[in-house]
Amino acid sequence: MKGYILKRLLSLIPVLLVVAVVVFLLMHITPGDPAAVILGPEASPEEVAELREELGLNKPPIEQFISWFGNVLQGDFGTSIFMKQPVSQAFFEHLGPTLSLAIMAQVLAIVVAIPLGVLAAKFRGSILDQTFMGISLLGISVPSFLLGLFLILLIGVELKWLPVAGYKPIDAGLVNHIKYLILPAIALGSMQAALIARMTRSSMLDVLNANYIKTARSKGVKETIIVIKHTLRNAFIPILTIIGQTFGTLVAGAAVVETVFNIPGIGQLIINSVERRDFAVIQGSVMLIAVSYVLINLVIDLLYGVIDPRVRLGRK
Amino acid sequence: MQNVMTEEQLNVLKSDMKKKHRNLLVKRFLSNKLALSGSIIMIVIILLAIIAPFFTSFTPYELDAMKRLKAPGGEHFFGTDNYGRDLFSRVVHGARVSLMIGFAVAIITSILGMIIGLYSAYFKKLDGVLMRISDGLMAFPAILLAIAIMASLGPRLENVIIALTIVFTPSVARTVRSAVLVVKEQTYVEALRAQGASSSRIIWLNIAPNVLSPLIVQATFIFADSIIIEAALSFLGAGIPAPDPSWGNLLYDGKTVIFNAWWMTLFPGIAIMLTVFGLNLFGDGLRDLLDPHNNKAKK
Repeated sequence: MKGYILKRLLSLIPVLLVVAVVVFLLMHITPGDPAAVILGPEASPEEVAELREELGLNKPPIEQFISWFGNVLQGDFGTSIFMKQPVSQAFFEHLGPTLSLAIMAQVLAIVVAIPLGVLAAKFRGSILDQTFMGISLLGISVPSFLLGLFLILLIGVELKWLPVAGYKPIDAGLVNHIKYLILPAIALGSMQAALIARMTRSSMLDVLNANYIKTARSKGVKETIIVIKHTLRNAFIPILTIIGQTFGTLVAGAAVVETVFNIPGIGQLIINSVERRDFAVIQGSVMLIAVSYVLINLVIDLLYGVIDPRVRLGRK
Repeated sequence: MQNVMTEEQLNVLKSDMKKKHRNLLVKRFLSNKLALSGSIIMIVIILLAIIAPFFTSFTPYELDAMKRLKAPGGEHFFGTDNYGRDLFSRVVHGARVSLMIGFAVAIITSILGMIIGLYSAYFKKLDGVLMRISDGLMAFPAILLAIAIMASLGPRLENVIIALTIVFTPSVARTVRSAVLVVKEQTYVEALRAQGASSSRIIWLNIAPNVLSPLIVQATFIFADSIIIEAALSFLGAGIPAPDPSWGNLLYDGKTVIFNAWWMTLFPGIAIMLTVFGLNLFGDGLRDLLDPHNNKAKK
């Protein structure tokens, strides 16, 4: 297991390096002078020259990258020009709402999707199965921000059941916190639920045909136990993979859904920075999200080893 | 001697078999409900995008302060927006923008992904470098990378296509690569190599045609994803610049008046949903049709 963990850790280095290079290049693909773009058309040439010096844009690119990457490794992502605070500070200040939203959407998706996927596989070909799968295909086709807008129209404007904008931190009471997050979480979680349900169904179907399931059935094991204990557990790896792989997408999706519901999270931070051309914030946030995505996938990979010994022992 | 066919007979037989094969494909296509309904939806949407502008006398840019926020009905099927522009004509022109972007991205990523995937699967040394780069690019959630690239390049239609191409090419390259890795090991490739065929000949003439099916299926899904991400980018103000009608822009305008004008959100929203749904259906059906393994599993 130790060797397996070490191998996986080493394989991260090139990926993270590429991530860093891409993020670094983001600022440099701007047509024209980044300093002039940041300051806008009203800036005087002296101000632009000053900012160029400050950002180190006069040095050769390789040197710029090395000094930038060195800072990043120490957790210094630069300073936001507009907010006058370190990027990492701004990022973590906005992280709470985004994480809250992403976790709630994920939980909602898992709780709804896995039972549905299991049922669809168990009663495959039935009307139940076809209905679920039809709905899930529809779910994949409605982007989360659009579903958010539809939910606002239906529940917020017509029925007036739930608040449609804003955010209450947990300190304001758990009920209030959840009340403001329900609609965004449904909007964000539905595509996730559709993906998980489809994956659960197909993975369950693969296992349900296995010989050991036939054996269990002929031994007279109860059908519910076969489905839940024998099948679901063995079908879990692909399900776990899709949950892990899509968590990054979920956080990114949260960023877009936040804009729909006016939630002050990472999404708003990034979008505001795009409008202000605050490159340091965009670079830092995108970098932090990509790195956490890579790390989450690492954890998932390691979890396989725990669930399924074949993974850590077999592939040598 | 009687058993040997003349060249002419052989050619007739060959074209016969081709025809049969084609008929079989058409038949299977028609019997595949997913692919069929998906393509019907797409054909209707494409036709609407092409011919509908001739049925309305309004242009998507025509302002009319007297007719702001008119509900659907009368001469404005979909109502008017907060500047008094005809929403129907804006949605239809938006379809052109979205379809154009989706199509362009699907084609460009297919070509680039094909080249990268073929060569990296065939040449081991290249593989390590190219796949690490694609791993790195795929570590970014698609929409965030697109937003970040758009922030640097600036909001323009061409830039949306560039950003989406950067975002989606790695996954196409991966698909092609894994298909090539399977094909590469087959005996006929080995035989060709033994006969002294050049690498580029084998890659383009013998391997490439065999990885087209997964490529086409993936291109369909990228078409759909591009439409979603373009809409999201424009909705966030980082996509197509403002007065141009794109579905994302319409939703952005609609959000500011969502409490007064449901139609400004509903109609562009349904347009996006239907198009993406049609493409997903089509892609799912196509995958069933083109992947024999999948077909067997279904029965």
